[in-house]
Amino acid sequence: MMTPAAKQAAERAIAGAALLIVALGPLIFSDYWVSFILTQTFLLGIAAASLIFLSAYGGMISLAQTALLGVAGFTLGNLVTDTSSKGLNLGWDPWLSVVLAILITVAVGLVFGALASRSTGIYFLMITLTLGVLVYYFFGQVTEVSGFSGISGIARRAPGLVGGGSDPDRLYYTALILAILVYVLIRFVLRTPFGYALQGVRDDPVRMASLGYNVTLHRTLAFGLGAFFASLSGVLYVWWNGQIDPASINLQNTVDLLIIAVIGGLARVEGAWLGAFAFVAINNYVRDVSVPILGGSFNTVIGFIFLAIVLVSPDGLMGIWDRLTTGRRRPAFGATVEPAAATSGGAARGTSGQVGGHGTKEPPREGGGK
Amino acid sequence: MNAARLERPLQIGARVVAFGLIAIAILWILFFANDTNFGPAIDDPRNFTVTLFNGLTFAGLLFIVASGFSLIFGLMRVVNMAHGSFYLLGGYIAYDIQQEMTGTGFTIAGSEVNTLEWVLPALAAAACIAALGLVIQQVFLRWNQGQELRQALITIALSVIIADQVIAHFHDGIAVNITWPGWTNRLIDLHVFDAQYSLARLGLLGIGIIVGGLLWLWLYRTRMGMVIRAGVDDQHMTSALGVNIQLVFAIGFVVGSALAAFGGAVGGSQGGIASGQDGQWLLNSLIVVIIGGMGSLLGAAAGALLYGLVFSFSAVYLPQGSTEYAIVLTFVLLALVLAFRPQGLFGRAG
Repeated sequence: MMTPAAKQAAERAIAGAALLIVALGPLIFSDYWVSFILTQTFLLGIAAASLIFLSAYGGMISLAQTALLGVAGFTLGNLVTDTSSKGLNLGWDPWLSVVLAILITVAVGLVFGALASRSTGIYFLMITLTLGVLVYYFFGQVTEVSGFSGISGIARRAPGLVGGGSDPDRLYYTALILAILVYVLIRFVLRTPFGYALQGVRDDPVRMASLGYNVTLHRTLAFGLGAFFASLSGVLYVWWNGQIDPASINLQNTVDLLIIAVIGGLARVEGAWLGAFAFVAINNYVRDVSVPILGGSFNTVIGFIFLAIVLVSPDGLMGIWDRLTTGRRRPAFGATVEPAAATSGGAARGTSGQVGGHGTKEPPREGGGK
Repeated sequence: MNAARLERPLQIGARVVAFGLIAIAILWILFFANDTNFGPAIDDPRNFTVTLFNGLTFAGLLFIVASGFSLIFGLMRVVNMAHGSFYLLGGYIAYDIQQEMTGTGFTIAGSEVNTLEWVLPALAAAACIAALGLVIQQVFLRWNQGQELRQALITIALSVIIADQVIAHFHDGIAVNITWPGWTNRLIDLHVFDAQYSLARLGLLGIGIIVGGLLWLWLYRTRMGMVIRAGVDDQHMTSALGVNIQLVFAIGFVVGSALAAFGGAVGGSQGGIASGQDGQWLLNSLIVVIIGGMGSLLGAAAGALLYGLVFSFSAVYLPQGSTEYAIVLTFVLLALVLAFRPQGLFGRAG
């Protein structure tokens, strides 16, 4: 149990220590940790942060973030590579290509957002999932821009500033700085009028609409911002991985990103990198596990871990932390939320009450017909 | 308010755009599709007919699978993300049972399979998955009722596990074919434009129609169905009237799961079954119900028809060299429906 001030101080201390450690990363950790585990954590964390941002503050669980990451990656790959690779091989300037890749991803994100944001809750999740999987099939089938073998040789064409694929430390710091920027930007946006309106839309769209706010527009713009974060992650991904193919953004990866966000906690952005780190570490060190009785591979393990988290602590590791430090009971997930938990559980409330668009007229469903 | 005043013209605009695009598509296929595989329909009505039947039969299969998805959602508001996994697992179970029954090796000649050796595996697979569905519903979903997001996450976790278990225990997840009964392995004359068509493929449509008919009889002509429809409309009121709503939910989930598995057996007989199809069939189910509207039998049929037709026509009636963009037309279909009716064609507005 801690007072809010003590909790904040503790969080700041932990965050400061963690930042110091990762800032000195290349001095402390092995090359493998720096170039593989931590860089991957930063970039997956950015993608997960885009998901958590939308869910925690917009009340929208988007399963299209992985696809948007892919749109950025594939666009960059098409624009920047020059030879010996699938795709358009335009061979444009690396920086120009990055900017265009981000812009195109944001544009796609705005279109997706406009299509999905008239729906809420579980419908939103289904629509974004569908759009995301369509993107996967698009890049799989359209051989002009990719095809199933994907685009390779992208790292070689990365700007020198980020290492051009030959200097993992530079890429490491690029990913770290971008991760920090994304976090700061999210915190900043939440304090702008737009951010407050967005949280209002999450908590009570009907009231916000009657106050004159354009609910759909706010959701769409938030989705565009989420697409921007996802595009940064996508650019980092292709620099880091060197290549991208449709299998990088298939349903499995979409679910993996959701798992990362859920492990970290859908209610707080910080959880994104925590979840990413946990996922990458598990992914790396539990790879060759054999599952007793059932059989199967790593995916069975990660499936059970995911299941356990959803069943036991739906608000993830950050939720466990919050409960340990404040002693609050865990909020019911996706159902009723006590007013005190409005910030952490509001996303969940937005999802259940709003399905069908008549959330405010009926009490939240609980326990069926008991 | 501004938005309200804009609503009506926007709706009309969307309608004009939607019908305009449909009209252009039909005119294109009928008269102008010169650079395509088959050319315009008036020049090559035979292949047009075959493509039409490809779409209709695919729609039959889509309906079988998606009606189960829609039933579960309509009744319990559970988005069963494991629906595709049920399809996959059902297909493999049907394959294994058929292998066991016929006692032959990896591929079976159609002539060696009699009707029973197809029907029994399909129904047995449906029964197995129905049991699995019941367990999942009772163990994981029942006590989370009303927490839609959590239920969706639970079924996602289960789908990850099932997908991996299928690879571990069913032929490493390689592509296998369930075999249609031997007597269906022939072409029949459609008596229009000299078109001939595979009887087995027509079977997809036939089975789809039978499933739809049975579901309709069950939902609209029995007491049980009446209770289910009441539950879809208002579960609290239904429960307050003395109906054991938990029993209704369990039955709904069992039937919905069984339909996915049965669809897996049917689809596995037509195009084979392979690891990875779980995601594809989850996508197919999602598209059908997003187009048709959640929890509506008619909507599932309409969604299946539209998606099936767009799918089959876009594969051959796009200009040559650009047929790979067929997926874009599926996206356009989805985007049009969402822009025009976010709740789906037959879904009820909140």
